[in-house]
Amino acid sequence: MYISHVSLTDFRSYRQVDLELVPGTTVFAGPNGVGKTNIAEALGYLASLSSHRVSNDAPLIYFGADQALVRARVHRGDQAVGLELEITAGKANRARINRANTVRARDILGILRTVLFAPEDLALVKGDPSERRRYLDDVLVALQPHHAATRSDYDRVLKQRNALLKSARASGRLSSSHESTLSVWDEHLVTAGSKLLRGRLEVLGALEGHIADAYDGLTDGSKPATARYMSTVGGAMDDEQDQGQPGNGTSGTPRSPLMDLDEGELHAAFLRSLALQRRKELDRGLTLVGPHRDELVLGLGTAPAKGYASHGETWSLALSLRLAVYRALCEDDSRPGSKPILILDDVFAELDVSRRRKLAAVVADAEQVIVTAAVVEDVPDELNGRILTVGPGTVSA
Amino acid sequence: MYEGAVQELIDEFGRLPGIGPKSAQRIAFHILEADREDMNRLADAIRAVKDKVKFCSVCFNVTEDETCNICRDPRRDETVLCVVEESKDVMAVERTRSFRGRYHVLGGSINPIAGVGPDQLHIRELLGRLHDDKIAEVIIATDPNLEGEATATYLARMLSTIGIKISRLASGLPVGGDLEYADEVTLGRAFEGRRVMS
Repeated sequence: MYISHVSLTDFRSYRQVDLELVPGTTVFAGPNGVGKTNIAEALGYLASLSSHRVSNDAPLIYFGADQALVRARVHRGDQAVGLELEITAGKANRARINRANTVRARDILGILRTVLFAPEDLALVKGDPSERRRYLDDVLVALQPHHAATRSDYDRVLKQRNALLKSARASGRLSSSHESTLSVWDEHLVTAGSKLLRGRLEVLGALEGHIADAYDGLTDGSKPATARYMSTVGGAMDDEQDQGQPGNGTSGTPRSPLMDLDEGELHAAFLRSLALQRRKELDRGLTLVGPHRDELVLGLGTAPAKGYASHGETWSLALSLRLAVYRALCEDDSRPGSKPILILDDVFAELDVSRRRKLAAVVADAEQVIVTAAVVEDVPDELNGRILTVGPGTVSA
Repeated sequence: MYEGAVQELIDEFGRLPGIGPKSAQRIAFHILEADREDMNRLADAIRAVKDKVKFCSVCFNVTEDETCNICRDPRRDETVLCVVEESKDVMAVERTRSFRGRYHVLGGSINPIAGVGPDQLHIRELLGRLHDDKIAEVIIATDPNLEGEATATYLARMLSTIGIKISRLASGLPVGGDLEYADEVTLGRAFEGRRVMS
């Protein structure tokens, strides 16, 4: 798919900007701080309803304005859809599809598909496990939208269960009423949790080959990249290990032992692990087992990536994780004209010449690539795109 | 800030559910300008509701007597009991006119964040009622949200040992609606709870 027209009104640093785009590569070039990333962010927001830079909407709106408007014309094959998203801080966003009546913002999810690469992606490799859990969950929701509900159900059950554990701890003993209520929350936690877990494992199954391939393609291939799901669920299998601390086991096993279990088996394993951790959970007043404490362990060769990978390797691995999403989305919808749009926000500056070339070769397959760069020379010639110059609040050819 | 009585009234209204400071002020000034007689009736109604209305000693529905008129009605089916969270849920089920059994009002749902556990609900009284062998079926009609479902699971577990038939209200598509307007969660639930037709 590709975008032929974007218009931003009061979005970030832009009062009003209209851009005509074409399939192929477009490079937005300009000095730091003029608003290149804002364009990338706007497109990413239109696709996912979340920004890769901030978690609340207020900074997206031009300082002093009430609301921002992002409009785009999206082409999929010979079908064109006009999208319009109104972002209002502290209120529900509203959207319009093809100038029809306004709909809920989430109704536009799935119409525009993008995969965004940004410097923030380094956190996927170097950051907390929560970054990698969110990565898996976001792909899961993109592939199977109904899992958005699984995720929010799980979070809510978790809050209730933690509240109960805390009150049990505060009262100093586990009364029979606490115990019977706890088992009810266990049941609900496990039901939502095993669904989420099964979903994540499936997503990882779809991604892991692509992650390894992409990393291979970006580097000389001397260290294979691996991604392994380490779950706090499954304590029955090795109950001596502290299940609250996944990630210290870096044995060479390429696959998680849970990978082949179906939802019912995960359900049973989850319940067993909860039972084993009961004492500890009551001591700490916290739920210690479940997808919310799991980890996606990334490895390069025999060593874990976190802490061991160099800056360049970290970047390549982060890019590989995003490329894998692109490939998985392409596989998920193989109709012509359905390939997601790639947005490369300031990624070339960090890579050496050979990796730049390799990345350019890998992304050449996409129908549309949007690149931002402070130094045009950083963008390899292979991409030979149209260059647009970005100045403060303006864009010109 | 207004002086004395006016501000006091605004503050009182502000404590009511669903009323913010602006609405509280509007209601207070409405009362100030309204007929004395009308407002006395309102004050009497509030006083009466606090003096007269109690909770039914059997089912905990609101009533002006010792027991509510549903519990007293001999034509109601004694063998079926519908368990709901609040008195207003009794009214909702009554409007269907298709349920002829009796009720039990729990007084809320299990919600650890709000500090509500089984002991704060009328569950012990429910068990007491079930010792009477006349009841053959319990229909659990708690809200179809997380807390309501947890309460339903809790009740189902407690009651399973007694050997009474336990059922739960179905959840799924609204009647008269369009499939395309149903959200993913509701539609997903409808799929899980589908019925075999032949």
